[in-house]
Amino acid sequence: MEKMPSLWQAMEQKGYSRREFLQFCSFAAALAGIEASGIGSVVEAFETKHRPPVVWLHFQECTCCSESFIRSSHPIVADVLLDTLSLDYSETLQAAAGHQAEKCLRDTMTKYAGEYILLVEGSVPMLDDGIYCTIGGRSANDILQETAKDAAAIIAWGSCASNGCIQSADPNPTNATPIHKLVDKPVINVPGCPPIADVMTGVVTHILVFGRIPELDSQGRPKEFYGRRVHDTCYRRPYYDAGMFVEAWDDEKARKGFCLYKMGCRGPVTYNACSVTRWNEGTSYPIQSGHGCIGCSENNFWDNGPFYRHLASFPGFGIESTADRVGTAVGIAAAAGVAAHAITTNIRKRKLIDETMDESAEAKRKGGDA
Amino acid sequence: MATAAETPGYRRIYVWEFPVRLYHWVNAICVVLLAATGFLIGSPIAIVHSTEAYQQYWFGIVRFTHFVTAFIFFFNFLVRIYWGFAGNRYARWDRFIPTSGAKVKEIFEVLRVDILQMKLKGRLWIGHNALAGLIYFLTFFVFLFQSITGFALYSSMSSSFLPGLFAWIVPVMGGDFAVRQWHHVFMWFFVVFAIIHVYLVFYHDYVEGRGTTSSMVGGWKFERRDVLDERVGHNDHRDR
Ligand code: HEM
Ligand code: SF4
Repeated sequence: MEKMPSLWQAMEQKGYSRREFLQFCSFAAALAGIEASGIGSVVEAFETKHRPPVVWLHFQECTCCSESFIRSSHPIVADVLLDTLSLDYSETLQAAAGHQAEKCLRDTMTKYAGEYILLVEGSVPMLDDGIYCTIGGRSANDILQETAKDAAAIIAWGSCASNGCIQSADPNPTNATPIHKLVDKPVINVPGCPPIADVMTGVVTHILVFGRIPELDSQGRPKEFYGRRVHDTCYRRPYYDAGMFVEAWDDEKARKGFCLYKMGCRGPVTYNACSVTRWNEGTSYPIQSGHGCIGCSENNFWDNGPFYRHLASFPGFGIESTADRVGTAVGIAAAAGVAAHAITTNIRKRKLIDETMDESAEAKRKGGDA
Repeated sequence: MATAAETPGYRRIYVWEFPVRLYHWVNAICVVLLAATGFLIGSPIAIVHSTEAYQQYWFGIVRFTHFVTAFIFFFNFLVRIYWGFAGNRYARWDRFIPTSGAKVKEIFEVLRVDILQMKLKGRLWIGHNALAGLIYFLTFFVFLFQSITGFALYSSMSSSFLPGLFAWIVPVMGGDFAVRQWHHVFMWFFVVFAIIHVYLVFYHDYVEGRGTTSSMVGGWKFERRDVLDERVGHNDHRDR
């Protein structure tokens, strides 16, 4: 079987120096959460292991995952993963088109059966035989099943592939379905709309270095990146604990950078690494830019509106109704019902109450110690 | 039915044992605290009396109170479940579940006599009537639901053992957001329950005059001696 060059070989060919390679190795090690003493093994892995071929499928998506991916903060990461680690098949990035591209995919699948990493971006429509998303005349599900069969590992990029995302918003007209529900192999979910570039490269790096998939949580997400909530490492957290909240977008408190909880921030219920790695080479993340987290890496975030309240509108009672409004109404109804019942009791049960009173009066009259 | 002239005199009955009363009031205090602090967590009021975050911590204290109370609430609830098997006949688990057709009939009778007042007189029970028992049984499920969802939420901010036991509910419900949403919704159950529960205690005391309200303090209820003499032992209710 024809082997891919190792990462170091590929980088050398592209003119990277040894020093840059080593820098990349320590960066990759840090991303994958390997301690400094383990960098040696990363270097060795990248020097000797043949880098696995990669197939990147695009289904119902907006390509924001790809866009995010090419903005990895370390230039070499992007360069290596895109050029050197050339994506053997990626509709967006490949040079080939049409039949040529299809052939490319077929070649990769047969030549590297059981070795290639399958990256899927987008959800799969399952309604009407998947007619809503076809490539080269075949349905997304068809393509997915075929490619997944011989994949060494499957990564679901983004909220579409992990959870369904916007396309699956109620009433989910195409029955958009996440990947893990369609294949019976373990799938690494990397949710986010899009996922953080450095998280994406971190996950791929983990597989490259260790040759196995990272430890996953109960929702199939790599623990190293999705183990904590945005809220847990948010730099505005002291304001949360102090109870100092922004009350309106243009108030003094917003200018001072108070916590955005009351503006609907979903950081407390969102598992992602935004507040640690941040975005665009560590520049910022939504909360740092003054907007609450909308929980884009959480299941169902698209239907949990409105985004400017930290809880969703109450199901079945219209868009403006909160649980509190419905609860207050029910509470008032209960109080009113109780009052009405008290009045009815005094009318309907008058006789009974009077009898009891008489019983007592009688006992008193008789001087008994009833 | 006894007429006024032959007033038979009343006897005390020890209905609610100490563990039941203790459970009741600990639970009542916990629920009030949990609902109040929970409501504040959901909709914090604007209290800012300092310029820097490190100078105040009221929201942290509210949350801390919620969590500490939650643990007390949970273990108190477990003790009550135990007492459902160890306690006296009025506290026993079978008081809460309509296990027989007679119990189901009882429920309809209470509905007709006390709630809808279609009928003026009906039987009286010394402990819970069957409808009350059933409502408390359902309430226990809400306790359980609040505990499961609450500890599941708490598991993301705690590494201790107990909350971890409940983390499984998060993927089942589809994420922390949904868990939190439902945890919040069920707060209102407690508000509505409290209104109706307290009212009905007053109602029964007012109409029946048997010391219902004070029974949860001292444990004693009062029942007519003649009724007790002939009935207690095989069937602890009386006709009015
Ligand atoms: C009577 C029972 C309870 C009631 C009425 C209640 C009510 C509430 C409410 C209304 C909230 C705010 C939700 C929101 O709007 O975001 C909340 C939050 C919370 N509750 Fe409870 N709760 C109860 C029991 C528990 C229990 C047993 C636990 C277990 C530890 C618990 C743990 C939590 C946690 C962790 C939060 C989130 C707090 C935060 O993230 O700051 N609750 N509760
Ligand atoms: S801004 Fe959001 S994530 Fe940050 S502390 Fe406030 S609620 Fe938590």
